[in-house]
Amino acid sequence: MKDLNIQELERRFQEKIDNDIKIEPRDWMPEEYRQTLIRQISQHAHSEIVGMLPEGNWITRAPNLRRKAVLLAKVQDEAGHGLYLYSAVETLGADREQTIDDLHTGKAKYSSIFNYPTTSWADMGAIGWLVDGAAIMNQVPLCRCSYGPYARAMVRVCKEESFHQRQGFEIISLLAQGTPEQKEMAQDALNRFWWPALMMFGPNDAESPNTLQSMKWKIKRLTNDELRQQFVDVTVPQAHMIGLTIPDKDLKFNEETGHYDFGVIDWAEFWEVVKGNGPCNKERVDARRKAKEDGQWVRDAAMAYAEKRKIQKAS
Amino acid sequence: METKEALFEYVLRIGDDSLILGHRVSEWCGHGPILEEDIALTNIALDLIGQATNLLDYAGQLEGKGRDGDALAFLRYDREYKNLLLVEQTNGDFGKTILRQFLFDAYRTLLLTRLSKSTDEQLSAIAVKSLKETKYHLKHSSEWVIRLGDGTEDSHSRIQSSLDALWKYTDEIFFANEVDALLEKEGIIPSMEGIKNEWTFFVSDIFAEAGLVIPTNNWKQEGGRTGRHTEHLGYLLAELQYMQRAYPDMKW
Amino acid sequence: MSNKEWPLWEVFIRSKQGLNHKHVGSLRAADSKMAVENARDVYTRRSEGISIWVVESNNVFASDPSEADSLFEPADSKAYRHPLFYDVPDGISHM
Repeated sequence: MKDLNIQELERRFQEKIDNDIKIEPRDWMPEEYRQTLIRQISQHAHSEIVGMLPEGNWITRAPNLRRKAVLLAKVQDEAGHGLYLYSAVETLGADREQTIDDLHTGKAKYSSIFNYPTTSWADMGAIGWLVDGAAIMNQVPLCRCSYGPYARAMVRVCKEESFHQRQGFEIISLLAQGTPEQKEMAQDALNRFWWPALMMFGPNDAESPNTLQSMKWKIKRLTNDELRQQFVDVTVPQAHMIGLTIPDKDLKFNEETGHYDFGVIDWAEFWEVVKGNGPCNKERVDARRKAKEDGQWVRDAAMAYAEKRKIQKAS
Repeated sequence: METKEALFEYVLRIGDDSLILGHRVSEWCGHGPILEEDIALTNIALDLIGQATNLLDYAGQLEGKGRDGDALAFLRYDREYKNLLLVEQTNGDFGKTILRQFLFDAYRTLLLTRLSKSTDEQLSAIAVKSLKETKYHLKHSSEWVIRLGDGTEDSHSRIQSSLDALWKYTDEIFFANEVDALLEKEGIIPSMEGIKNEWTFFVSDIFAEAGLVIPTNNWKQEGGRTGRHTEHLGYLLAELQYMQRAYPDMKW
Repeated sequence: MSNKEWPLWEVFIRSKQGLNHKHVGSLRAADSKMAVENARDVYTRRSEGISIWVVESNNVFASDPSEADSLFEPADSKAYRHPLFYDVPDGISHM
């Protein structure tokens, strides 16, 4: 067994993947597979955690008690989902706190959508509807991802997130049918979040060199453009149904393909936000770094206390 | 004063405690000292908001003027909020938040245990449900008080100074006036005297284990139960009520 | 400042009476008490459990997947351990 050469190990690994046999933490895996997963899962985890901030921004200002409770539960779920994902990262031999430090130093990325500000209550609707909608589209295929712990975490996340999109849609459709002020608030939120939501699926397939390898490893099951198209196809009719207008003058249903054609995404903006020049990149990372730094004494105290008790117990 | 009127006032007090403390704890969401604790704090906030909803809805019924929990939570003036001064104090560091929570949880657990047996059926039902949650909060907060008190030198001095700062708000926990006298006579609420004794015993025990010293020379503050608040409540209400005040009479 | 991180714990949940505890994931906690409470808050937010076990991850010892062949395949050829290996004449029940 131990003498197998690397080519043979790789061949067996790929054979498992091709036969849809899950890879588990202690199984042999190519180093690049491991690194790709560490990068992707920790980015995913960071996105959940940073994603708490734009919505957390409205918890204390939610308009009634029911909305407040729902929003709290949703943002808390995001913390939970981040945790499930960090848990999966740790099975790959990466250290959670180390990956979090990479986020704080700007080395690790997270979904760019969370670098946009939430300036009105309607944004809670738009985020649930569009951002969670896009996230679900991305995550459902990940439940079949080849890496066992990631796939299992995603099953749990998808199950829990089904309420997230619904509560968002409930918020925005109520506003869209509300007073003129509310309708305007809803339309404005859609205007601001539509394009960033489309960017969530990442660059066009032609610009996404890693996609091919990820598909071969079954880390990814659908390409960026396929997922984006799916999202547009299901979301546009929802917008029409509640009487909101998608801010894209090129948007048109294509009878031939059965899909919506849509305008060109502003990729310059996308790359600027990825690079750190979005409206809230600095605020978001600063807030996370501050939470960790401010919590240092608390974590130290708990550890010191636990160690004291251990010694007490032993003697 | 009629019983119903007194009960409205009383339910408002304990409902406001849940509402205002729930608001404060919810401010932690996304900023906790570690993910696991962020989730734990949010659970506490959620429980408190749930309790506030039940209590304020009931207060609205008792009042009989068509106000529901939302109307009471979002559309009163500051002097009409009857929460303890303790719960409106700012979060400070994690230690201050935990200590505030602990002082409150210890009182609230004793209160709810007794209210579970209230002759008022609805109040008793709310108390039974809330008690399960609050007992857990108390376990969580007392364990943390001990950890921080008996952790590092730094954590010890931090939480000791939080205790020094918050102790003056603890006397008000046991505030009682004619409202309480009337309700107590009818077996609707327990006597505050019994609660005070047990509370003092319980918190002293935990502080001893944590190595914390209860301040002795402290002028006590009160006013919350009669609507006279600290400066902090105004800012809290400005956020809490923002949507309802800026966009009146709309559905959300 | 101790600068030591909280250890990692594996979490097992019994979802209802009569079922085994099942591994659900991991989390960080300074001590076992905290680990149980954190597990309650993280992994049972939707009434997924009625009992929790936590084990510090470095106390879990695992079999080596590269030895899976020699550990587990020998059992495959011992069909006589399963009841269906045996013929029971028609008309015989309760067996």
